[in-house]
Amino acid sequence: MAGLAKQEGEKAAPRGVGNMAKVISNQPLGEGFYLLRAEHQNNARAGQFYMLRAWEQYPVLSRPISVYDADQETLSFLYQVVGKGTALLAGLKPGDTITLDGAHGNGFPALPDSKKIALVGGGVGIAPLYLAAKTYQKENPLCTVDVYLGFREKPILVREFEAVSGRVAVNVGGFVTDEVDPLAYDALVSCGPTPMMKALYEKCVNVKADAPLYVSLENRMACGIGACLVCSCKTAGGNRKVCKDGPVFLGSEVFGID
Amino acid sequence: MTDRQKNIPMDGRLQTEFAGIPFKNPVVLASGTCGFGRELNEYFDIERLGGLCSKGLLEHPHGGNEGIRIWETASGIMNSVGLENPGVDAFVEKELDWINSKDVVNIVNLGGHSLEGYLAGMEKLNQVDLDILELNISCPNVKSGGMNFGTETEVARSIVREIRRICRHKLVVKLSPNAQDIVSLAKMCEEEGADGVSLVNTFLAMAIDIKKKAPVFANTYAGLSGPAIKPIALRMVHQVSKALSIPVMGIGGITTWQDAVEFIMAGAKIVQIGTATFMKPDISMDIIDGLDGYLRENGCRNIEEIRGIV
Repeated sequence: MAGLAKQEGEKAAPRGVGNMAKVISNQPLGEGFYLLRAEHQNNARAGQFYMLRAWEQYPVLSRPISVYDADQETLSFLYQVVGKGTALLAGLKPGDTITLDGAHGNGFPALPDSKKIALVGGGVGIAPLYLAAKTYQKENPLCTVDVYLGFREKPILVREFEAVSGRVAVNVGGFVTDEVDPLAYDALVSCGPTPMMKALYEKCVNVKADAPLYVSLENRMACGIGACLVCSCKTAGGNRKVCKDGPVFLGSEVFGID
Repeated sequence: MTDRQKNIPMDGRLQTEFAGIPFKNPVVLASGTCGFGRELNEYFDIERLGGLCSKGLLEHPHGGNEGIRIWETASGIMNSVGLENPGVDAFVEKELDWINSKDVVNIVNLGGHSLEGYLAGMEKLNQVDLDILELNISCPNVKSGGMNFGTETEVARSIVREIRRICRHKLVVKLSPNAQDIVSLAKMCEEEGADGVSLVNTFLAMAIDIKKKAPVFANTYAGLSGPAIKPIALRMVHQVSKALSIPVMGIGGITTWQDAVEFIMAGAKIVQIGTATFMKPDISMDIIDGLDGYLRENGCRNIEEIRGIV
């Protein structure tokens, strides 16, 4: 207020919240993993996330979950039960309603000039790579997308990944990054535990790979929209918001600093 | 002043005056939960709000705390953001004009790590236009300054006095519920010439990671907010409202319009919505609509009819 000189061209554009969606399916995949599919019109891109909520006041916070798959009418989310919120999500049945607020975040970059792309995921971090594989393959039919999936115990969704990529390598109980040769690719995209992504970054540096590595970070979030600074991460360019500036950053931005 | 009241909605039932400043309704977003308003403006027209409190500013940019910054607890959250902020200069350069262009009361929250820091930040903010300066002597998440200035009345008095001496804006002091005696702290603010007080900031709290056998937070303690603290915050707002003649902004776990009615009946002129925005970004709109509906159904022509009635 204070004087109230209107800035030119300013117009509030409400993005609409309270987006109630209908659950189509919520399939247990074992090891606490679930694949939730819901009816929801969207423009979500690979690497973006939604704030999921299927309860009233408690837990207080909504849960940020990556988009696993999307078409214009439906959204799918792969999640793992780790606490109260995800346990409540796991209880959802077809026909139940869920609030889907998003899509948030920058998502994975377009890679129109990359002929060979590696997608490297660990655990529930494989979630955003499915839509990434589909998208990269679709946007550039000449490119080859190889997928590396790491699991602690039992692999999931391997057949689904095989259907949308050139090759799927699976590692159980070890280091999936051991399987990746960064020199064989024009770009690498990774999502998973921080030590895994850091190891991949260091491998790229050690073999002097020219290919850029993009990493999708996970952090505890409160608002999910860039207002609260709970999810700040340190980068070469100073503090950045994982929810709004990310979750996708260049590996060098986040791991190339002290 | 009248040019500020372009959008008085809902027959003006919710119009509130706080220390001479007109608010179109008593609902304000609390510092630290709404950035500088831009993100939430994508969800709703922030001009529907009564006011907006900026993220807590320090004289200089600050990166905030290391480690985990948020932890959920029964009916609440603990945060340890630690006043990450761009500094007063960057705020003035990049954010202030935008907020001032909006028909919403612009409340700028100022913190400090030392008396000198507070005063230097204040000098800079004296050079610009804003509606209310909210002096933060209650942040529990900084090692020096913050709440350390705001738990003992006589320690707090020195900083409120110094700021009041130079502050050319309306001054509201944001109080900590961790104060030794919140009523005496609030009275001191009135004695020193504050135009109002806002309470409460977060409660000093703790969580332990039993797997790591260590505190969850790098700073050991963090600030508890949300529905869990509402009854205690309400009690404090009630006590302070009864004891003061300057107006009070009530804060603490307000999540529904019914919560807001309680705080207003307890004496609050303004209610600040904080943690609830994390449940639903436009929850403040529901609270405004609910407040108006309550007044209408109860035949109240103005919100003053229920203010402080308990």
